[in-house]
Amino acid sequence: MFDGLDALLLARIQFAFTVSFHFFFPAFSIGLASYLAVLEGLWLKTGKQIYLDLFKYWVKIFAIAFAMGVVSGIVMSYQFGTNWSVFSDLAGPVIGPLMAYEVLTAFFLEAGFLGVMLFGMNKVGKKLHFAATLMVALGTFVSAFWILSVNSWMHTPTGFEMGANGQYLPGESWLAIIFNPSFPYRLVHTVLAAYLTTAFVVGGVGAWHLLKDRANLHARKMFSMAMWMAAIVAPMQIVAGDMHGLNTMEHQPQKVMAMEGHYESHPDGAPLYLFGIPNDEEQRLDYAFGIPKLSSLILKHDLDAPLAGLDTIPDDEQPPVFMVFWAFRIMIAIGMGMMAVGVWSLLARWRGKLYDWRWLHRAALVMSPSGFLAVLCGWITTEVGRQPYVIYNLMRTSDAASPLAAPAVATSLLAFVIVYFAVFGAGVWYILHLMHASPHTGELGAKRGDKGPIRTAGITPGPTQDPSDQSTRDLSGTKHEPEEAP
Amino acid sequence: MNIDLTIVWAFIIAFAVFAYVVMDGFDLGIGILFPTFAPGRERDRAMNSIAPVWDGNETWLVLGGGGLFAAFPLAYAVILPATYPLIIAMLLGLVFRGVAFEYRWRDPSHRAFWDGAFTLGSLVAAMAQGMTLGALLQGIEVEGRSYAGSWFDWLTPYTLLTGLGTVAGYALLGATWLIWKLDGEAQAHARKLAKRAAWGTLALMGAVSVYNVALNAEYAERWLSAPEIYFAAPVPILTAVAAIVLLRSLTVDRHSKPFWLALLLFFFGMAGLGVTIWPFVVPPDVTIWDAAAPERSQIFMLVGFAITMPLIIAYTAWAYWVFRGKVEDEGYH
Repeated sequence: MFDGLDALLLARIQFAFTVSFHFFFPAFSIGLASYLAVLEGLWLKTGKQIYLDLFKYWVKIFAIAFAMGVVSGIVMSYQFGTNWSVFSDLAGPVIGPLMAYEVLTAFFLEAGFLGVMLFGMNKVGKKLHFAATLMVALGTFVSAFWILSVNSWMHTPTGFEMGANGQYLPGESWLAIIFNPSFPYRLVHTVLAAYLTTAFVVGGVGAWHLLKDRANLHARKMFSMAMWMAAIVAPMQIVAGDMHGLNTMEHQPQKVMAMEGHYESHPDGAPLYLFGIPNDEEQRLDYAFGIPKLSSLILKHDLDAPLAGLDTIPDDEQPPVFMVFWAFRIMIAIGMGMMAVGVWSLLARWRGKLYDWRWLHRAALVMSPSGFLAVLCGWITTEVGRQPYVIYNLMRTSDAASPLAAPAVATSLLAFVIVYFAVFGAGVWYILHLMHASPHTGELGAKRGDKGPIRTAGITPGPTQDPSDQSTRDLSGTKHEPEEAP
Repeated sequence: MNIDLTIVWAFIIAFAVFAYVVMDGFDLGIGILFPTFAPGRERDRAMNSIAPVWDGNETWLVLGGGGLFAAFPLAYAVILPATYPLIIAMLLGLVFRGVAFEYRWRDPSHRAFWDGAFTLGSLVAAMAQGMTLGALLQGIEVEGRSYAGSWFDWLTPYTLLTGLGTVAGYALLGATWLIWKLDGEAQAHARKLAKRAAWGTLALMGAVSVYNVALNAEYAERWLSAPEIYFAAPVPILTAVAAIVLLRSLTVDRHSKPFWLALLLFFFGMAGLGVTIWPFVVPPDVTIWDAAAPERSQIFMLVGFAITMPLIIAYTAWAYWVFRGKVEDEGYH
C-alpha cells in the first residue's frame, strides 16, 4: 500500500488537511460575526449593559478565531496554484473571477472594518462602530457566497465552453456559472451549519458558566439566545440538508449511493442502512443493518421506488465509500442531537426551568464542539463523494495536480501539520481560556496593552467608555476578575 | 478606440502587487525590526501602530494571488509550482506573524516567544517574497503549459540578492512608518534604523539592477540601447532623486514624509521591474497575452473591479484615518 504514497496522494492529503483546518474558522466566525452584530444591535436598541458585555466578551474570541481564519485562508488561496496547477490553469478562466470577486467584495470588507470593530469604538462612536460590525458580518457571508459558488461549480459545472487549448471558458452568462444547480442548496446548508456551530459554542459556554453559577445573568442570556437558535435553526437545517441531498441525488447520483452504502441496485424499495462496513473490493456492505425501504421513502418519497446502486457505475468512477458512508452518518447523528437539544430547551423554557435543568446544561456543554465535527463530516461527505473527479465527470483529480516530486510535497505537508497543530492548537487553547473566564459586567473587549486601551492623542474617550476600563489592569485574561474569586 | 484588456489587467495586477508590497511591507518591516525595540512599552506601541490595519494590508496579497489566478491563470499555474518551497515558506511565515498579533496579548508568559514568532515569520515571508520575485525575473523554464525546471531553480545568488533587497526595503518602510507613528526615544530609534535600512535598500537595489542587466541580454537591451533607453532612463534617475530626498528627510522629519518618500522609492523600483519584465509575465517564454484569461473573464472581473475598488480604497483610507496620529499607550490626551 505504500507505493500509493505518491505526490498526488500527498497533495490530496495536504489539501484535505489545510482546508479542513481552515474550514473550522469561518464555520465559527460566520456565525459569531452575526451574533456580535445582533448583540451590538440589541445594545444600541435597549441600552442594556449586558449586551455590550457579551459583545466585548465574544469579540475577544472572535479576534483570535478571525486571525486564524485569515492566515489559514491565505494558504488556501495559494494552494490551488502550488499543488493543483493543472486544475488552476484549465479552470482558472471560470472560477478565478469568482474568487477575485470574493476578495474584492468580501475579504476587503471584513479586513477593512475589522480594525474599527476591534479597536475603534471609542474613536468612531456607537453608530459607526455598529456599521463596522455589520460590514464584517456581511463580509463573512459574502465570502461564503463566492467560495461556495466556486465549490459548487466543481460539483455541478454549468455555463462553460471548452476552449481549443483545453481550458474551461466562461459561456454566455456568468449567472449560469455562479448559480450552478447545487449552489443554492449548498449555500443555505453551509451557512445554516455555520450558525448552528456558533450557536452550540455559545450555548456550551453559557451552559458551562451556568453549571458553575446558575445565577450568572450573562451566562443566562447567552445560553438562552443560543438555545433559541438551536431550536429554530436545527430543524431548518434538517430540511435544508434533505433538499441538498435530493439535489445531489439528481446531479451526483454516485455520491448518494456511497452515502447510502448502496452497492446494489434495489428495484423495489431500498433500505436505509444504519450500520455497515463498506467493502469497495467486494462491492458490498459488510455487517449491514438497515431499515427496509426507508431510503426509498426519504429519497423518492415512495416506499417501493427503485434506487440504482453503485453496480450501475464503473469501478473507476466510484467514490471511496467508507469515508462518505460514515462521515454522512456522523453528520446526521449530530444534526439529530442538535435538534434534540433545541427541543429539550423549548420544553425547559416552557416550564420556566431553562436555567435550572442541569442535564440540559450538561448536554449543551457536551454538544458545544459538535458543530465543528458536523461541518467536517459534511465536508468530507461532499468532497470525497465527488471523487475521483475534481470537476465532476469532467476532470479527474489525478489529472489536476502540479508537476511536483513526492519529497517536496511530503516536506510541505509535514511542515503544515506541525505548524498548524502548534499554532492553531495554541489559538484554540487561548480561546478556551477566554471562554473559561466568567462573562461579567464591564467586559473589556479586544483592546490591548498592559496599561490600558490604546488611544490617540487629541481624541477624547467616547461615552461608551465604561469605568472598569480604568480600574482593571489585567487585559490578558489570564488572571481571574475579582468577582470570579470563590 | 480599442483597449487591450490584457494590458489593463497587467496594470491592475501590478497595482495590487504594489499595494501589497507597500502596505504589508511596512507591517512585515516592523516585524523584522521588532527585536531591536525594548520589550514593554516600545514594542507594544510598535505593534499597536499596525494592529488595526495589518489584516487589510494582507488582503492585497490575496488580491495579487487571486487576481493572477483569475486574469493570468497560466502564469499562476507556472509560477507557484516553480517557486513551491518559497511560497510554502512564505505562507507559514505569514501564519506565525499573523497569529502573533493576537497571541502575544493573550499569553504574557509566552510573549517573548510570540514576539520571536512575529519577527521570524515576518523575516521568512519577506525573504521568500523577494526570492520569488528574483526567481521570476531570472526566468522560469516552461514546457507546454507547465513548469519544467528542477527543484532548486529558485535558489541562486541572484534570488538571494532580491530576497535581501526586499527584507531591507520592508525594514525601511517599517522604520519610516514608525517614525510617523511614534515619538520620543522610540522615534529616535526608528530613525536610526531607517537610515541603515535606507542605505541597505539602495545598495541592494543597485546591485539587483546591475545584475539584471548582466543576467539577460534582452533585459540589457531594454535598459542600455536606443530608443528604449529614453523611456527607461527616467526610472533610475528619478529613483536617485527620491533616494537623496529620502536620506535628507530621515535626519529631520518627525512625521510622515520619510514614509511617503520610501513609498516613492518602492514605486520607482517597481516601475523599473516593470520595464525589465515587460511584456512577459513569466520570462523568458510566456507573455501576458499567452497567459491571459479569455475576454469574457476579463470583462466580468473588470466590472467588479471598477465598482469595488473605489469603495475599497475609500473605506481602507477611512480605517487608516480613524487610527491616525501618534500611537499612545496610556489614556492621556
